[in-house]
Amino acid sequence: MSLVFAGIMSHGPGMRARADRADPAVRDPFFGALDRLRERLEEARPDAIMVIAAEHFANFFMNNMPAYCIGMAEDYEGPIEDPEWLRVPRRTIPGNPDLSRRIIGKVMERVDVAYAEEWKFDHGIMVPLSFLTPEFDLPVIPANINCQGPPLTPLSRAYEFGRAVRAACDAMPERIALIGTGGISHWPATPNSGKINIEWDREFLRRWTRNDRAALTGYTDEETLRDAGQGGFEIRTLVAVAGACEGSTGDLWFCEPIPIFATSGFAAVMNLDEQAAAKAA
Amino acid sequence: MSLYALQKLLYELNRDPRVQQEFTADREGAIGRYRLSDEEADAIRNDDTGMLYILGVNGQILMHFAAWRGLAWDDYIQAMKDALAKHGQVRGGIYAAVDGGEGGAV
Repeated sequence: MSLVFAGIMSHGPGMRARADRADPAVRDPFFGALDRLRERLEEARPDAIMVIAAEHFANFFMNNMPAYCIGMAEDYEGPIEDPEWLRVPRRTIPGNPDLSRRIIGKVMERVDVAYAEEWKFDHGIMVPLSFLTPEFDLPVIPANINCQGPPLTPLSRAYEFGRAVRAACDAMPERIALIGTGGISHWPATPNSGKINIEWDREFLRRWTRNDRAALTGYTDEETLRDAGQGGFEIRTLVAVAGACEGSTGDLWFCEPIPIFATSGFAAVMNLDEQAAAKAA
Repeated sequence: MSLYALQKLLYELNRDPRVQQEFTADREGAIGRYRLSDEEADAIRNDDTGMLYILGVNGQILMHFAAWRGLAWDDYIQAMKDALAKHGQVRGGIYAAVDGGEGGAV
């Protein structure tokens, strides 16, 4: 088995672009939790990191919108946003096309995915990497789930996608880390940006740490839009990581609302079972 | 269909520096390449970010367009609030305002 790390975290552009405006009493412990996440990731000694992110129209549009896509490029450029606005310098991030191709092939045995040999990273991947691999030197296998342009893939399929990713990772000799990034409740880029339903967030993360498949996939999109905003559709990325860790449970390290980041700041990990860890060592 | 075209123009602007250069050099030419309604064309012509919001442009597209047009974060949020007060609720897409557009982080 080669999945050596699995976690989730928020990715709001404000985490970099407006970090100076966040209340330090909440921001600093949140960034501390992300430091801990980076340390856990480094201890796992991954050869590559797979990032399951939410498509924000950096790469795909409604003329041809994949429900799921995995990158297969030599390298990736990001951020797509004005680097001075995001406060993350533009750079080239290494990929691993051979590993991507093998993973995509295995994933396709269970679920259909698109692939892309050209891909630009936006804040959804650049912000997490800026915390987890600040030198941007670990090869990345990006994966996107359409969370913006309905019709959206059902949550049950996002869980299945995660299971397929796990089976693929387990078939690889490389050590692979997995990070899912998305907001929980949020109303981003609207006049309500900063509105957060913290109770909904905590309930979702309880379901996530229990890895309760039925509860995680039990939300309807109507309920999510009402209670968690259009940004809540991004839970697909987090549900996919739970699917990749079926049979494991997780720990929540941090979740507090940070309105200027437009979401709760959160960080959580799945505890991959000891047998898997022993085999991977 | 024209919200689709409007968003496509913004999507292509957001991700392609060459399209940005064309837009900067000849905005009318860029507008003419997409099947926009008069209202949509005017919003682009006038850098009216608030109106683009009302017309239903997805926030993940609009946020970056606003940044590229030089609108600071607080001004972007305010432009949407002002447009909401002036024109009423968002007319399409999934980024409708809630609570009358109240709140927002500062």
